[in-house]
Amino acid sequence: MQSIPGAFGRGATALALVAASLLLAAAPARAQLRLDITQGVRDAVPIAVVPFGGQAEGAATDVAAVIANDLRMSGRFAPLERRDMVARPTAGADIRYEDWRLLKSDFIVVGRVEPDGVSFELHNVRTGASLLVQRLPSSEKGLRATAHRIADLVFERLTGLPGAFSTRIAYVAVDGRPPAQRYRLIVADADGYNPRTTLESREPIMSPAWSPDGQNLAYVSFEGKASAIYVQRLATGERRRVSARAGINGAPAWSPDGRKLALTLSRDGNLDIYTLELATQTLTRVTADDAIDTEAEWSRDGQSLYFTSDRAGNAQVYRVALDQARQAERVTFTNGYNARPRLSPDGKELAMITLDRGGYRVAVMDLASRNLRVLTSSRQDDSPSFAPNGALVIYATREGGRGSLATASSDGAFQQRLSSDQGDVRDPAWQPFAPRG
Amino acid sequence: MKLMHVLAVAVLALGLAACQKPTKPDTTAPAATDTGSADSSGLGTDASAGAGTTAALTPQQQALAAIQQKNVVYFDFDSNEIRPEYLPLVAAHAQYLVKFPTARVRLEGHTDERGSREYNIGLGERRAQTVRRALLAQGVAEAQITTVSYGEERPAVEGSDEAAHAQNRRVELVHAQ
Repeated sequence: MQSIPGAFGRGATALALVAASLLLAAAPARAQLRLDITQGVRDAVPIAVVPFGGQAEGAATDVAAVIANDLRMSGRFAPLERRDMVARPTAGADIRYEDWRLLKSDFIVVGRVEPDGVSFELHNVRTGASLLVQRLPSSEKGLRATAHRIADLVFERLTGLPGAFSTRIAYVAVDGRPPAQRYRLIVADADGYNPRTTLESREPIMSPAWSPDGQNLAYVSFEGKASAIYVQRLATGERRRVSARAGINGAPAWSPDGRKLALTLSRDGNLDIYTLELATQTLTRVTADDAIDTEAEWSRDGQSLYFTSDRAGNAQVYRVALDQARQAERVTFTNGYNARPRLSPDGKELAMITLDRGGYRVAVMDLASRNLRVLTSSRQDDSPSFAPNGALVIYATREGGRGSLATASSDGAFQQRLSSDQGDVRDPAWQPFAPRG
Repeated sequence: MKLMHVLAVAVLALGLAACQKPTKPDTTAPAATDTGSADSSGLGTDASAGAGTTAALTPQQQALAAIQQKNVVYFDFDSNEIRPEYLPLVAAHAQYLVKFPTARVRLEGHTDERGSREYNIGLGERRAQTVRRALLAQGVAEAQITTVSYGEERPAVEGSDEAAHAQNRRVELVHAQ
């Protein structure tokens, strides 16, 4: 098991909240995440990320270390340990390929930090071919973001998939002992660094959901002693209460065009799914069944919803076309409990929680074949969410009495845990890619 | 070194236990009166100490004090049926609410930590609704009752064993003061 120190103690900038006196969070976010690779893969591609020139050892942001850590966290690469490096080239012309062949690295990344940017190169060690030569403008302050961007480009060049290292994750951190617990909604970089408290409350916060443009979070907060759904703009901290109807207001999910939320409401205790047009507050009922219907997820074309229902006696995943509402089709049949469906970015797979041999585990269903593969072997997983490139699923798990986050490759071969040094972390949601163009 | 330390602690503990012995009747006595005064029957008979406060309580407050000590209904795994041993508890709360029509109760439904969070909100709501229906059946007015489900978000106790799960699967009957 390999252990890498996660986010160092950095003061977090609390976002100003509009008209929410109890929620102002000025304290640094304390739930720093620590990364442990719990299951590595044998076929991870060996790559050398050489310390960048222009940086002293121990620089505030070690660009090469950030890139190597990103590539390691993807599960697809095995970066060479620094102590094994026999040379430290900073430009392609200085690479002696035979050195790196001996170290069994297939690829090498070199570069240097300059006053107003970072230059980097990616080379194939076996062939000597130059795969990327690029320069990204960067301020000193923006070095970490630039390093993530370089990792994105290297990952895309070598795998064909866009890297997701520049995206963020939202999650809920809980500390204190019951019944006096404190809940915080946190947004951090995908590698766990820079955790920022978005909202803090003595009452539960749950189910953060990213808008398709990655700029807003919808979530459930019990701050008014009952559940309500809020939409918060991260850049400004400005937020809006969009649903506080009598009974339950839960499980928000954004439509692909960002104009609507699917949500769960209750009348006389019966949970059903509705859609809410945000601009007009127009509410449309989607399901009408005596069972629990909740945890909606939009299909990629916005024409149907996947959701959890126990209308057949236990929790299963269903799909309903919005133009033929109330005629739901059952999607899962394999286990006695399947819940919380989340669609892959390409819309071909559905991640969910399944009860598998006594444990609540993350599973991914191929929608074409309806074949369900269980990714984890834990006792209690929850809240799966795909990375925007589909390469990993992030989810919540419990180990040693503590809630932590974890990621698994979508074939389950690679797994790692992101645990907090304080309290529980749960309910992760991975930010989508920013729209291009 | 470590053994010495353990021994020292053990000797100290023995010494303390020995010291405590003569005072034992004194230390247990307040506990006994505590239980007595928490019980409504104890209030009336305890003339000296509790008389002042008892006089200040309205009949409704006294009735509430009598039922509030027992205000949690626990459930079996994956069940929202009220177990027979909790029927008297629900009946006592129903009688109070019927007797005092301006009284309000909030039913807070909870689940254990297993399974999906939002689905558990549904299960907690179902439990709260079961208790709500039982109160309505005994004459409580709809307007007196509100329900909320916290699912697994507000556990009563920490822990992932069956004992902790059993204490967390519950409906709390919370009365407005």
